Amino acid sequence: MTSKGKAANGHGGAKGDILLEMRGLRIEGQADETWHEIVHGVDLTLRRGEVLGLIGESGAGKSTIGIAAMGYTRPGCRINGGSIVFDGIDLTKADESTKRRLRGARIAYVAQSAAASFNPAHKLIQQFAEAPVQHGKLSASQAEKDAKVLYKRLQLPNPDTIGSRYPHQVSGGQLQRAMVAMAMACKPDLIVFDEPTTALDVTTQIEVLAAIKDVVHQFNTAAIYITHDLAVVAQLADRIMVLRYGDLVEEGETRSMLAQPKQEYTRQLLAVRSYRRDEAPPTHEDPPLLEVNNVSASYGPLIKVLEDVSVTIERKRTVAVVGESGSGKSTLARAITGLLPPFEGTVKFRGETLPPSYKQRSKDQLRRLQMIYQMPDVALNPKQRVRDVIGRPLAFYLGMDEKARKQRVRELLEMIELPMDFAERLPGELSGGQKQRICIARALAAEPDLIICDEVTSALDQLVAEEILKLLQRLQDELEVSYLFITHDLATVRAISDQIVVMLRGRVVEQGGKTEVLTPPHHEYTDLLLSSVPEMDPDWLDNLLEKRAAVG
Amino acid sequence: MAEVLKLLRSAPWSARFGLVVILFYVVVAVFAPVIAPFSETEIVGAEFEPWGEPYLLGTDNLGRDMLTRLVYGARNTCVFAFITSCLAFLFGCFFGLMAASLGGWVDQALSRFVDVMMALPSLIFALLLLTILGTSVPILIVVIAFLDSSRVYRLARAVAMNIAVLDFVEVARLRGEGLGWIIGREILPNSMPPLVAEFGLRFCFVFLFISALSFLGLGIQPPTADWGSMVRDNATLITYGDITPLLPAGAIALLTVGVNFVVDWFLHKTAGLRDDQ
Repeated sequence: MTSKGKAANGHGGAKGDILLEMRGLRIEGQADETWHEIVHGVDLTLRRGEVLGLIGESGAGKSTIGIAAMGYTRPGCRINGGSIVFDGIDLTKADESTKRRLRGARIAYVAQSAAASFNPAHKLIQQFAEAPVQHGKLSASQAEKDAKVLYKRLQLPNPDTIGSRYPHQVSGGQLQRAMVAMAMACKPDLIVFDEPTTALDVTTQIEVLAAIKDVVHQFNTAAIYITHDLAVVAQLADRIMVLRYGDLVEEGETRSMLAQPKQEYTRQLLAVRSYRRDEAPPTHEDPPLLEVNNVSASYGPLIKVLEDVSVTIERKRTVAVVGESGSGKSTLARAITGLLPPFEGTVKFRGETLPPSYKQRSKDQLRRLQMIYQMPDVALNPKQRVRDVIGRPLAFYLGMDEKARKQRVRELLEMIELPMDFAERLPGELSGGQKQRICIARALAAEPDLIICDEVTSALDQLVAEEILKLLQRLQDELEVSYLFITHDLATVRAISDQIVVMLRGRVVEQGGKTEVLTPPHHEYTDLLLSSVPEMDPDWLDNLLEKRAAVG
Repeated sequence: MAEVLKLLRSAPWSARFGLVVILFYVVVAVFAPVIAPFSETEIVGAEFEPWGEPYLLGTDNLGRDMLTRLVYGARNTCVFAFITSCLAFLFGCFFGLMAASLGGWVDQALSRFVDVMMALPSLIFALLLLTILGTSVPILIVVIAFLDSSRVYRLARAVAMNIAVLDFVEVARLRGEGLGWIIGREILPNSMPPLVAEFGLRFCFVFLFISALSFLGLGIQPPTADWGSMVRDNATLITYGDITPLLPAGAIALLTVGVNFVVDWFLHKTAGLRDDQ
């Protein structure tokens, strides 16, 4: 790869030649038999060894542009204008075989979900070797030797043997790093990272980010890093392009953009994690609204997922349950709602012990405890109109007739800040944030005392998520409901909780008032979680890694 | 109405062809007495008359007009197949959705019973049952519907299983909704596309099945006109190079192809598949 123009020095300095240049790129997507333009003439320049961050909410066209850098479009999309010149080759005009020679060899791609991108039937190292052997760059044994070096570089455990595992035998973060290694296999000039850490826990995200940063600089690879999280891209990118609705909003050097954003939209993105609310004082009521006493639950007789968990929720307060995936926080919700009857311990609601299974609970008990789900897409029946979705609890629990229902649906829509005519829409005609609002309205329709929110904002764009949090907060102030807020995102916890429960491997490791838990000294695990939340400071990752290296 | 027209305009030629074929069969079946030149069972001439006036497609082995028999065959065989598939779907979907929503021992009991049914080749099973029960039309319908419902059950259960685990069904369960609401309002509306497609295919299979039974002499009994038995009755003509017995066979083939074209298109549409994938 040395023949391809000597790349310039590392981080921060003047970069080398132009590697990729897009001019007036227009891309159309097909919907309902007609073509709609989704990228409206974007210019992009990438130099050798440079990392460019593409940031924006869903629908901004960032992935579409990122993939177009390989001369590829998703099915149902087409490039209808502009040029994409990669090292002198115009990919919009190049034939398939030229592009095939580039892809995998000189341009590589790292997808969001590594689990879905690996072939589950082949070992990691075989999949690693595929591209270099196919392109005739390396022999199979040479490729495997290279793989081990890269695995080591990416700090995968047991680099010499991990390659002989199958994708399901390694963790999500490890798999994502194995995928980065695979992209590096041919020492490409350009790697497109498409939200590689979005599906990971904060603690795992750090490992992957650090690994990417390290190899990209080590091999002087140019990269396009696509994400919706400004704090993440700030750690890696030399330059950032902010996109919205297929247009460029702002472009600039990372540091200067973070320090002085020029556009209002960029300012909003920067302020996204700053929403805070003061802790409400504990009420010390007796009995509390919900008491979970020493609950243990398991899937099947062997796998214990909750062990001796006790949580108390008071009226009009928000309790946040935090932990990584697999910590048992969603299982806690299932135990409380009775979907997974606990085999030990009791759940007391308004002073009375609830039957373990939801099937034995009375209509009134079910009504007072509502739930909002992580994925609004699957939490709404696609065949039911909004008025039926919200109207059903009204008819079912409160026995309202059609006229009263109609009136109440209007009021509820107003409460969740959606226009009246949304009542006639189907879920397919709503955006993600709007769907989540409908789910909130459905929960509110039952006039509950407690709403369990299971990762309600994690499937949403950050700006939309913040709107939802503010809405939930306002509703709590008005309606005096309590929330049990399950999340892995500490920014959300900081924003709206009164009380925090930290969970690890099915156990509560720490719990208490927000200020108490968030002020040092922390429990070791709480500390790890807290320090792993990315900050807008571009030096945050480097400082953190240095600090952790010094301690460990 | 405007939506239907728009949909039709976007249909590929194969689906349009299929729709035209189906429409043609429906018209023929409905207006059979008007279209047919003679009556269904009347012996109008000598046996095996060649094509010509007044018997456009000749006569059959008893001297009945072939064209008339073909037209009435459309009516008998299609209506018969339609009722049978409807019944098979009613049974199959009902039990399939029940099994998926309730799970546990209900699912086990129903599924194992269906496994037993599917372990026996359906033609042999049908012959056995029909020999025991007789071959009157209602019995024929119930027997074939019963056998076919096992296939429908399998599909309905599989489709509903995937939907029953979605969050919105869980929401309904947590709300305290009864089984009727969960099956009728939450699961069924979302499992319609594959079931409708299956209905088209099932209809063809039932159709072929009836024809096969008729050909073996255990299907629709004479003198009722039926394409399967018409092939059998006139099969000897083939030896003399006369293609008349192939006409009812061709009629079956054409309808099957037409229905399959439409089903393919429908599946393609609902699955959101694209040609470039």
